[in-house]
Amino acid sequence: MPAVSKGDGMRGLAVFISDIRNCKSKEAEIKRINKELANIRSKFKGDKALDGYSKKKYVCKLLFIFLLGHDIDFGHMEAVNLLSSNKYTEKQIGYLFISVLVNSNSELIRLINNAIKNDLSSRNPTFMCLALHCIANVGSREMAEAFAGEIPRILVAGDTMDSVKQSAALCLLRLYKASPDLVLMGEWTSRVVHLLNDQHMGVVTAAISLITCLSSKNPDEFKTCVSLAVSRLSRIVSSASTDLQDYTYYFVPAPWLSCKLLRLLQCYPPPEDGAVKGRLVECLETILNKAQEPPKSKKVQHSNAKNAILFEAISLIIHYDSEPNLLVRACNQLGQFLQHRETNLRYLALESMCTLASSEFSHEAVKTHIETVINALKTERDVSVRQRAADLLYAMCDRSNAKQIVAEMLSYLETADYSIREEMVLKVAILAEKYAVDYSWYVDTILNLIRIAGDYVSEEVWYRVIQIVINRDDVQGYAAKTVFEALQAPACHENMVKVGGYILGEFGNLIAGDPRSSPLVQFNLLHSKFHLCSVPTRALLLSAYIKFINLFPETKATIQEVLRSDSQIRNSDVELQQRAVEYLKLSSIASTDVLATVLEEMPPFPERESSILAKLKKKKGPGAVSVELEDGKERGELNGGGDRGGDAAIAASNASTPSPSADLLGLRSAAPVSGAAPSAGSLLVDVFSEAGPAASSAGVNDDGFLSALHAPEASDSPLVEGPGDSDSAPPSAASEDPAPPLPESDELLNKFVCKNNGVLFENQLLQIGIKSEYRQNLGRMYLFYGNKTSVQFVSFSTTVSCPGELQSQLNVQTKTVEPLVEGGAQVQQVINIECLTDFIDAPLLNIKFRYGGALQNISLKLPVTINKFFQPTEMAAADFFQRWKQLSQPQQEAQKIFKASHGMDTEVLKAKLLGLGTALLENVDPNPENYVCAGVIQTKAQQVGCLLRLEPNAQAQPGEQMYRLTLRSSKDTVSQRVCDLLAEQF
Amino acid sequence: MIGGLFIYNHKGEVLISRVYRDDIGRNAVDAFRVNVIHARQQVRSPVTNIARTSFFHVKRSNIWLAAVTKQNVNAAMVFEFLYKMCDVMTAYFGKISEENIKNNFVLIYELLDEILDFGYPQNSETGALKTFITQTGIKSQSKEEQSQITSQVTGQIGWRREGIKYRRNELFLDVLESVNLLMSPQGQVLSAHVSGRVVMKSYLSGMPECKFGMNDKIVIDKQGKGGASEEAAAGKSDLGGSGGGGGKQSIAIDDCTFHQCVRLSKFDAERSISFIPPDGECELMRYRTTKDIILPFRVIPLVREVGRTKLEVKVVIKSNFKPSLLAQKIEVRIPTPLNTSGVQVICMKGKAKYKASENAIVWKIKRMAGMKESQISAEIELLPTNDKKKWARPPISMNFEVPFAPSGLKVRYLKVFEPKLNYSDHDVIKWVRYIGRSGIYETRC
Repeated sequence: MPAVSKGDGMRGLAVFISDIRNCKSKEAEIKRINKELANIRSKFKGDKALDGYSKKKYVCKLLFIFLLGHDIDFGHMEAVNLLSSNKYTEKQIGYLFISVLVNSNSELIRLINNAIKNDLSSRNPTFMCLALHCIANVGSREMAEAFAGEIPRILVAGDTMDSVKQSAALCLLRLYKASPDLVLMGEWTSRVVHLLNDQHMGVVTAAISLITCLSSKNPDEFKTCVSLAVSRLSRIVSSASTDLQDYTYYFVPAPWLSCKLLRLLQCYPPPEDGAVKGRLVECLETILNKAQEPPKSKKVQHSNAKNAILFEAISLIIHYDSEPNLLVRACNQLGQFLQHRETNLRYLALESMCTLASSEFSHEAVKTHIETVINALKTERDVSVRQRAADLLYAMCDRSNAKQIVAEMLSYLETADYSIREEMVLKVAILAEKYAVDYSWYVDTILNLIRIAGDYVSEEVWYRVIQIVINRDDVQGYAAKTVFEALQAPACHENMVKVGGYILGEFGNLIAGDPRSSPLVQFNLLHSKFHLCSVPTRALLLSAYIKFINLFPETKATIQEVLRSDSQIRNSDVELQQRAVEYLKLSSIASTDVLATVLEEMPPFPERESSILAKLKKKKGPGAVSVELEDGKERGELNGGGDRGGDAAIAASNASTPSPSADLLGLRSAAPVSGAAPSAGSLLVDVFSEAGPAASSAGVNDDGFLSALHAPEASDSPLVEGPGDSDSAPPSAASEDPAPPLPESDELLNKFVCKNNGVLFENQLLQIGIKSEYRQNLGRMYLFYGNKTSVQFVSFSTTVSCPGELQSQLNVQTKTVEPLVEGGAQVQQVINIECLTDFIDAPLLNIKFRYGGALQNISLKLPVTINKFFQPTEMAAADFFQRWKQLSQPQQEAQKIFKASHGMDTEVLKAKLLGLGTALLENVDPNPENYVCAGVIQTKAQQVGCLLRLEPNAQAQPGEQMYRLTLRSSKDTVSQRVCDLLAEQF
Repeated sequence: MIGGLFIYNHKGEVLISRVYRDDIGRNAVDAFRVNVIHARQQVRSPVTNIARTSFFHVKRSNIWLAAVTKQNVNAAMVFEFLYKMCDVMTAYFGKISEENIKNNFVLIYELLDEILDFGYPQNSETGALKTFITQTGIKSQSKEEQSQITSQVTGQIGWRREGIKYRRNELFLDVLESVNLLMSPQGQVLSAHVSGRVVMKSYLSGMPECKFGMNDKIVIDKQGKGGASEEAAAGKSDLGGSGGGGGKQSIAIDDCTFHQCVRLSKFDAERSISFIPPDGECELMRYRTTKDIILPFRVIPLVREVGRTKLEVKVVIKSNFKPSLLAQKIEVRIPTPLNTSGVQVICMKGKAKYKASENAIVWKIKRMAGMKESQISAEIELLPTNDKKKWARPPISMNFEVPFAPSGLKVRYLKVFEPKLNYSDHDVIKWVRYIGRSGIYETRC
């Protein structure tokens, strides 16, 4: 080694680096590096000892090569050797290499730790600093394990140099962040806090970073730091700019330290001690005052430092949120910044104002800047600033300025950046909903929103508008009108079509009076958009069409035509095809009142948290906390006002949003849901409570349903033999005997002669829905027990019994139900019925449960009648009359003449006769007004053929109208029973 | 079609920029520099797509040639053109280097104007170009000559002008082959192929019609016995003598391409190669064979790891051709591990040296006769590292030059007919030379 070059300059290294820099290509560079590596390897071979200088030089070269991106797999040992050198430069290079290159699981770590320990205890401040820097730079868990105990001691030791204290504080901070569990402060806490009083500003600055971090984790232990911090702050703030010498930055005294102090104070609530608090308020006021002073320097560093302190002070003021005076002053100060030349300042001002707006003291003050903010939204060049402006507008919005802000945001939306559009849309939607005074304004706003930025309107937004329209009768007409007008635009966004389809489907009738929006016009308008839409929208439109059929019978033919077209009924999409087929059938089979029940207007949605708000929260993540807080406040206020309790409750419930297609009609879902009733109970009950014979639901799933009929019988689940078990069960108390059947249960029975589904019973506590299926001599009945209260029913039990001779005629099996029915819940019970021979009576259902301690006992007749086992038989006129004549014996015939209790509507009559289970034979009776039916009653023992003839005298006056009903069957009891049953129906 | 052509030096500075079409903007120059030349990771694909623009590049030493297009062009065509352009430039000013390009940039622009027109490649035959693009200023040409240029450039035989006269009609034929091999340590051939070129340099008067014959298996089989008499008539067909192949009669050519002067229709029909050669040098054909390759050298490696810090390597090479022939420029490259800290080499013949910059021992032998063997042994000291990765043992590679064709190709005849002038085939002096070089000739160890 040339002796002249010893010292800090390493000529070999300089030459090597310049060689590399001069390489003309990557290949040349790699060659040069390979050569150098081989050289270093030969030097490190170990057979000759290297002096410290060469070692340093080669380690340096290796480091350089590593930083160029090449792998280094040797030289670690030499670097570790350098650590034990006494020369600063050699030690420094050794530490540098180790902090860059040594990974934590290296075997060398023990040696390294040893060297570091030596340096830490060396009392040489530079060596100690080097060691501390190395620990901090590596910052691994192993390092923390080895030194976490040592460093606090150095930090608080009285004889430690200031520079070492600084390093120790920062090193400890690093270790604490890396592995907080290993750094235990315990006994050191108070002494660390007292570092705030240190003479040396550098030590204070370093210590305060550590304290801030520690106190945010366990604030109580460090509580004493508040008063110390306040006094330190006041000393800095009140000092003249020249007092602090080295720590004055462009005429601002210790700006970093001030900021850190203010940030530390933000970890704590306002100080309780009056003196401390007064001092702090004084400090903050001084800072605010200083912001008003003319700048002492034109340099940007001066104003940056000053503003940094100011913004930190404002954050503290907002954090305390208890000094109205300060808050308003802060707000005014920020207001000045809103029009500042500096983009960064404007950004920060808007951001701070966002938080200020949520404070009750400064909300009004913030509102005075609305014009400036709106202006910023429109004219600002920087997108991030515009985003902040939008945030602030959202934050400062309340009832008084909602219309203005929403209008501004809407108009801005047309030109807004794509990146923030979706968020803007959500905000507009939320504001519109939250501050809507009249709902027509809300509907207008949302429809505008969809028109302007349809692509960014998420599903939640339009779900919400529909929820609100459905739940408020007063806007429905207006909504229908507006939607209709909006749809007339040649190019509509798909979301608009969705909203339009849904609302017109529900409330199209409200605007049908106007010839410009007559039913057909409405339909044509919707259908003109149909082909441009995606599958889910088309599905929704199909549902709207079927609703049209219900609303406007005159459109039935047109719509059926549309449904029948190949593009619908043979659509390649299964969902669309199924809807088309089902709706077509439904519209052609069901009578008008069936349709009317099935296609009933949607029931109001349960109030739930606004889905949009949830979405915005999700989008914003934890950053939205302030907005949420503010929402909470608003709500509280509104609740106090009391006029919008409904909407305030929106946030209370957490029900999930059901899928829109299920919501729309409740129809499609009815059939599948019945199998899994408890989960979707409320929906089902809603359908049944209208007592509509949900014929379609049975029709749709006929096959699948019945094919599963035998399954439960095969299963080994406990079945209750109806008659026997109910008797043998020892009644524990007299009161638990089955109650006598309700007086109206016979009426109930009659209600179900011609239909299989509906609500069997309802009182304040309980609702029982029923749904049944029959095939041949077998039947299955589903009973849905709905708890209408919010309290659970205990020891809930049901039994089915067959009184008297019915026991031998009917075989009834039930499954037991859960003894607990939760409030609002629904349980389901399956009953299997087998008809052994013809019967007259109906089985009894007894329900017992305890509600709030009181025993409830209800007995009902199950609507199982002989006609349920009818199989329809189609036959020609000749056949019919031949059989009619064969059954001419007097006991085979039963005849009744009775008054019509309902009108003589043909369709209704037909529906009832079909519901009876027989086949309605057309063109058999010479008199077209007469009805002729045929069917076979299937029992296990025998089959009973049955013919029926119903002759109305339609010409008579209403009220005088009479029927003559004649029944002929091969068994006299059957004739009589069916005749009795049927006579009650007309 | 090609939209533009750029030439860069190794730093990415543009030396030549020629844009042919408007769809290529100025920023294309920078796009290539930023994304390819200065790319963080070395770009290995010769075609790069940047913002719907395709860049095709080739690299000659430190010079990048890049063709740019926005259209969907035939990539093979573009590369063919780039290679042709390299040939043209080499023919004009020698090695392609930054210095040469800077000194000749007027000439290069002139050439670019000529060989590429609106992005469509034009006549890039060096001989033809040299007649009207000269390095020493424009010669004053007579009207006659000027009109001849037009007819020549646009005519059927664009590569040769009429009226060439030589006192001595001479013809040189070089068969240049490079043999590629990958062999297992046990001596099993894993893959081997020969790619060869037939280069012709002709000084012939008039418009001579030439016919070239070689021992192509298809031709030989077709001719059968009848071919023998023709071969005898060809006289000088066996000029260069055979290599070590011995009695191999014919070779199977896997695929071949020809210079544009060869009549392909005739080759397709009768597999005879007939053409009117361009004046001066041209590459008559290129071919590739994979069967029955004569491997001129066999490398037998022996590597022994002695503990963690030592490696013993012994390599024997055997020459496998006629003892009368001499191989030249033999170089064996033995890779060393990455943690080599010292090397001792002993070799019987030639010189061996450890080249740290290449992580290899390079053993050079000037000359070696056939059927001989030589060996080298080296002791490699290793520095123990904490890296658990095992040394990948890259293959030992070899370079050499032998005076025969490893594929076994032989020139049977090259006949010259010039009906208009009064010289016959016998008057033409013909020379044939065979050179076999190593391509990637590797043996695993």
